[in-house]
Amino acid sequence: MAKVTIDGIEVEVPNGASVLQACEAAGVEIPRFCYHERLSVAGNCRMCLVEVEKAPKPVASCAFPVADGMKVFTDTEMVRRARRGVMEFLLINHPLDCPICDQGGECDLQDQAMAYGGGASRYKEEKRVVKDKYMGPLVKTIMTRCIQCTRCIRFATEVAGTAELGATNRGEHMEVGTYVEKALTSELSGNLIDICPVGALTSRPYAFVSRPWELRKTDGIDVLDATGTNIRIDTRSGEVLRILPRINEDVNEEWLADRGRFAFDGLKRKRLDRPWVRQGGKLVPATWQQAFDAIAAGFTAPGAKLGALAGELADVESVLALKELMASLGSSNLDCRTDGAALDISRRDFYSFNTSIAGIEEADALLIIGSNPRTEAPVLNARIRKRVIAGGFPVGVVGPHGMDLTYGHDWLGEGGATLRALASGAHRFCEVLRNAKKPMLILGRNALARADGATLLAVAWQIAAFNGMLKPDWHGFNLLHRFGGQHGALDLGFVSGLPMAQMLNGGVDALWVLGADGLDLSGVPASTFVVIQGHHGDAAAARADVILPGAAYTEKDAAWVNTEGRVQLGFQAVSPPGEAREDWKVLRAASAALGKPLPYDTLEALRARLVVDYPVFAQGDALPRSVCTDTAGPAGDISGLRDDALGLPAGNYWQQDPISRASETMAECARTYAAPAALAAE
Amino acid sequence: MTAHGHAEPTSFAFDDESNAAIETIVARYPAGKQASAVIPLLYIVQKQMKRMTDSAWVPRVGMDAVAARLGMAPIRVYEVATFYFMFNTKPIGRFHLQVCGTTPCWLRGSDAVLKACKDAGGLKGYGDTSADGNFTLSEVECLGGCVNAPILAVDDDYYEDLDYESTVKLIEALKRGERPAPGSVIGRQTSAPVGGPTTLLDVAGE
Amino acid sequence: MALSDKDRIFTNLYGVQHWGLEAARKRGNWDGTKDIVLKGRDWIIEEVKNSGLRGRGGAGFPTGMKWSFMPKQASDRPHYLVVNSDESEPGTCKDRDILRHDPHTLIEGCLIAGVAMGANAGYIYVRGEYYNEHLILQAAIDEAYAAGLIGRNACGTGFDFDLYVHRGAGAYICGEETALIESLEGKKGMPRLKPPFPAAVGLYGCPSTVNNVETIAVVPTILRRGAPWFAGFGRPRNSGTKIFCIQGHVNKPCNVEEEMSIPMRELIEKHAGGVRGGWDNLLAVIPGGSSTPMLPKSICDDVLMDFDALRDHKTGLGTAGVIVMDKSTDLIKAIARLSKFYKHESCGQCTPCREGMGWVGRMMDRMVEGRADVAEIDVLEQVTRQIEGHTICALADGGVWPVQGLIRHFRPMMEERIAAYKARSAGAAPVAMAAE
Repeated sequence: MAKVTIDGIEVEVPNGASVLQACEAAGVEIPRFCYHERLSVAGNCRMCLVEVEKAPKPVASCAFPVADGMKVFTDTEMVRRARRGVMEFLLINHPLDCPICDQGGECDLQDQAMAYGGGASRYKEEKRVVKDKYMGPLVKTIMTRCIQCTRCIRFATEVAGTAELGATNRGEHMEVGTYVEKALTSELSGNLIDICPVGALTSRPYAFVSRPWELRKTDGIDVLDATGTNIRIDTRSGEVLRILPRINEDVNEEWLADRGRFAFDGLKRKRLDRPWVRQGGKLVPATWQQAFDAIAAGFTAPGAKLGALAGELADVESVLALKELMASLGSSNLDCRTDGAALDISRRDFYSFNTSIAGIEEADALLIIGSNPRTEAPVLNARIRKRVIAGGFPVGVVGPHGMDLTYGHDWLGEGGATLRALASGAHRFCEVLRNAKKPMLILGRNALARADGATLLAVAWQIAAFNGMLKPDWHGFNLLHRFGGQHGALDLGFVSGLPMAQMLNGGVDALWVLGADGLDLSGVPASTFVVIQGHHGDAAAARADVILPGAAYTEKDAAWVNTEGRVQLGFQAVSPPGEAREDWKVLRAASAALGKPLPYDTLEALRARLVVDYPVFAQGDALPRSVCTDTAGPAGDISGLRDDALGLPAGNYWQQDPISRASETMAECARTYAAPAALAAE
Repeated sequence: MTAHGHAEPTSFAFDDESNAAIETIVARYPAGKQASAVIPLLYIVQKQMKRMTDSAWVPRVGMDAVAARLGMAPIRVYEVATFYFMFNTKPIGRFHLQVCGTTPCWLRGSDAVLKACKDAGGLKGYGDTSADGNFTLSEVECLGGCVNAPILAVDDDYYEDLDYESTVKLIEALKRGERPAPGSVIGRQTSAPVGGPTTLLDVAGE
Repeated sequence: MALSDKDRIFTNLYGVQHWGLEAARKRGNWDGTKDIVLKGRDWIIEEVKNSGLRGRGGAGFPTGMKWSFMPKQASDRPHYLVVNSDESEPGTCKDRDILRHDPHTLIEGCLIAGVAMGANAGYIYVRGEYYNEHLILQAAIDEAYAAGLIGRNACGTGFDFDLYVHRGAGAYICGEETALIESLEGKKGMPRLKPPFPAAVGLYGCPSTVNNVETIAVVPTILRRGAPWFAGFGRPRNSGTKIFCIQGHVNKPCNVEEEMSIPMRELIEKHAGGVRGGWDNLLAVIPGGSSTPMLPKSICDDVLMDFDALRDHKTGLGTAGVIVMDKSTDLIKAIARLSKFYKHESCGQCTPCREGMGWVGRMMDRMVEGRADVAEIDVLEQVTRQIEGHTICALADGGVWPVQGLIRHFRPMMEERIAAYKARSAGAAPVAMAAE
């Protein structure tokens, strides 16, 4: 530790800390543009200059290491002049277009000019004009505003791992861009908008939409992948206008994946905004009462002939309500594995990301099985990349050859044969894993959606057990889910009775489908009465006998469980459209119509019951460290493992769920990134 | 297609001569540090383009070839190629006339050298390429031959102690396909004073 | 007290003789190198310290001390010698002569410096424009390898030393030692933040020392003739001999190796044939390359050419590029052209340099015309102060000093220019408007 005095305030900071960090520890604010705590230090903007005793010149506090006994001054004439000077230089070539700049009101340059700048400009020469650059459908550029801080370049290179941005030319002609005018290929590109301290990189879909002070800000949880990214939903007049990440060091740090950030325009399209009832073979608009009447008429079979499915976007509370409704009707035919993944819920660590996302940084070897974390959970993948960059983290992959994960990896094979070798110790990579102190594996949920899925799960566990991943002080077995509703439904035990395939195949007379708008039900026999409760008119709605319009994740207070098993609350940012309602309320109303009223009238009452029956929900968003004291794994015979290659989720990254499929922005991304192939075909 | 007939190529592959040179160059740097060779390899692209098209420049596909050869992200090569002034990212004429206009040369008459280049080369000004494709005119910063100012660099060769007439003579010679010997055009012994050195009159050696 | 030929180190400065090994040996190069090497690292460093040698690249840092910063303990990280041959400071062309006429002084110096800093490899970074010079240097290195002077068991000493030439590609900033290292690593020449300094984290993250060509090239002779010999030239703390580049408005521009602390006037008159039109026709001199502020004639009359004397006059010896300007010179234009140079050569990394150099350049262009207000001279001065000392490297400092020197010594000339412009445009305003 080093003792440093900042403006007379003594603080102790670790050796190797920067002067800027010491200033922050002392509660002294240091203005900065290029410095960003999650990126390498560039030290180029020169805004953070401070005076250090005995130093002849002001020093860049972001880059200057502390020394014991150092005296730092941040409010001297030398410092004030340095800041005023840098501000003036930054502004001489910066356009005076704040009134039409989307960054206005949340612009570091604007704020710091007010705080540290001079009053008037002495610059009489012509201002520089820089040609705008193309970066794809998400990031809009107004490059004359760029202050060359290089944060975006460092983000793309270091965090995203897609080195496509650079600064070409030099001196005052230095320009930031791709040089070749290409769309950025990162799934994290939206973060460039956040990280840009000025209005050079802004959101293309959000262009000229709103001013920050007009927005209502609501905390939410992104459910379009299973990372559980903490988000802020910005709304105005009942409409979601943008989504930004919130900081959560344990989950998403301060990043958000592009689908979670930009797909929300899909919340306004193809919505189920009123009940529908099938009459004479056709779906017709109905009132809630008519819909409930129809359900009462359809749900008359004995409990054993009733069933329910909960999909990838169902929130915890509504899944619980549905489960209890089905129980009151005498049914235990429940399945939340609508993607067909052969998950085993007999133990929570059989289906959880036990190492935890932050725990990746502790691990020292990784085996990826049947997953492309880059597209399945981009922010989680950035954590893996961070760990890879830190060094000493070999990554092996069983799955498709040639994936670009943004970090180097050792491709071990594509399927069953490789897994058997890994489980028996015959594979060369076993030595890597067994030499590691904290090895981990990531099993893609999608890999389990095949006939021998249960076997595959068992084999993956055996690989973990055999290669030292399961220890009393370390849990290296990780299942990577794909959406925000998947883990929570498993926690509620929504897997019992008839499996989904049988329910879809006439095994039940009436079926309730919650939060699985994308599920293809076209094969369900006409004899099965189907209730669809959801928010999008996607694949499932076509087969509905009754449609109950529910709320999307931005439209309800709800709990979500991410792939780690972390329980997080999202809050209602806007009301559901039209007659749509929060899903637990829909179920509560339906239960009354079915003559089996659920025993709660408020969300609080429901949650009170939830934490009693399912204590895992009582722990809040804190995640206890997962360890493995019992290495016995899911049931499955290794000899049943087929040699087929492990597949990845079908389709492109941008369109994976009913919301993103309804999004124009995501559609444009899909078109843009499909374009090179189309060109090649021409 | 540019004014003087050089199109942006759609592909670039190192030829045998280039490949041989690359091998020697890359060997100069420690294993894993082959990115050090990026400047030398960009020169190789520029030279090969000169061989192939008679215009010494580095097209974007050439930068991509360098990136692939050295295992670098292409953007890192684009950055380097545009940062350093000696890489021509656009096609140039057969001869690259580079007038040093920095103060030491200016004091000794670089304006006259510039004028001679324009007059004799058929050039409108800096950045221009002559209609016959012979010359591209650039202003360069101090070439580091200041005691022999003013200097005109023709491609890699310095012509020194120039004035208007001698510059015109030089350019006319280039047009005729001659390549006068580089160095002082007034017959000076390199950087020694005109008329003979004031020192080193009594040294050991040959 | 003038330096005699027997005390000159660069005896083939003008290339009268051949650059090759055979001729170089006859001139005394590579004589007793093995003995020097075998005396070892500590002896070499001590001797260089005692000689008083200060870096010849511009900053004048004591060379022996710089070498002593290299880690003494061997580790798994190799050490590197890096030679700065990116000679690009306007007014400087001394290293060029070493490269093309006396390359073996440099190569021998590299081996000895390598021993002194525990480096088994050296890279000589030659500016891109010195194409022909780099060919000669490479040929000389090849000769040295072939003769066993460098490479494995260099000079039969048991010390291995590899030496490579690396050519830059047109960027003044690469003369800054950390920008040079970046460039050598295959990146843009953008100076690094310091600390860490190269002696701790340099080329490829390894301990490295960057020295100017002339600094390295004088070392073998110093060690052969002894530290006191070298220290005997020039004033204390300014010792040795030095190559001066005398140019501009002199009758016979030239490079010459002279004793440090030689009076400027003697230097110019003795070797460069004097100022064009006589000493009294002198207006100002930039004494040490473009970055050093100019001196008016009154100071030039008796100033000595060394680090301290020039520093006392708020300028510097720099690279010893002596740019002489007679009374016909438009000094404002001469400095404006330097401002353009620094604007062109700014790497663009730091805000004050990237933005400030353009501002200074544009103001200087107006000052050349006189198209400004007198008060703007103060703004210009303030802007230079706002740039100076606020950047990662010293390019910006060197870029604004010439302007500060102009204002310091020739402000009335700038004011007259402005007045003349105002008078002209007041009389001819309608015409000027029409012309626009």
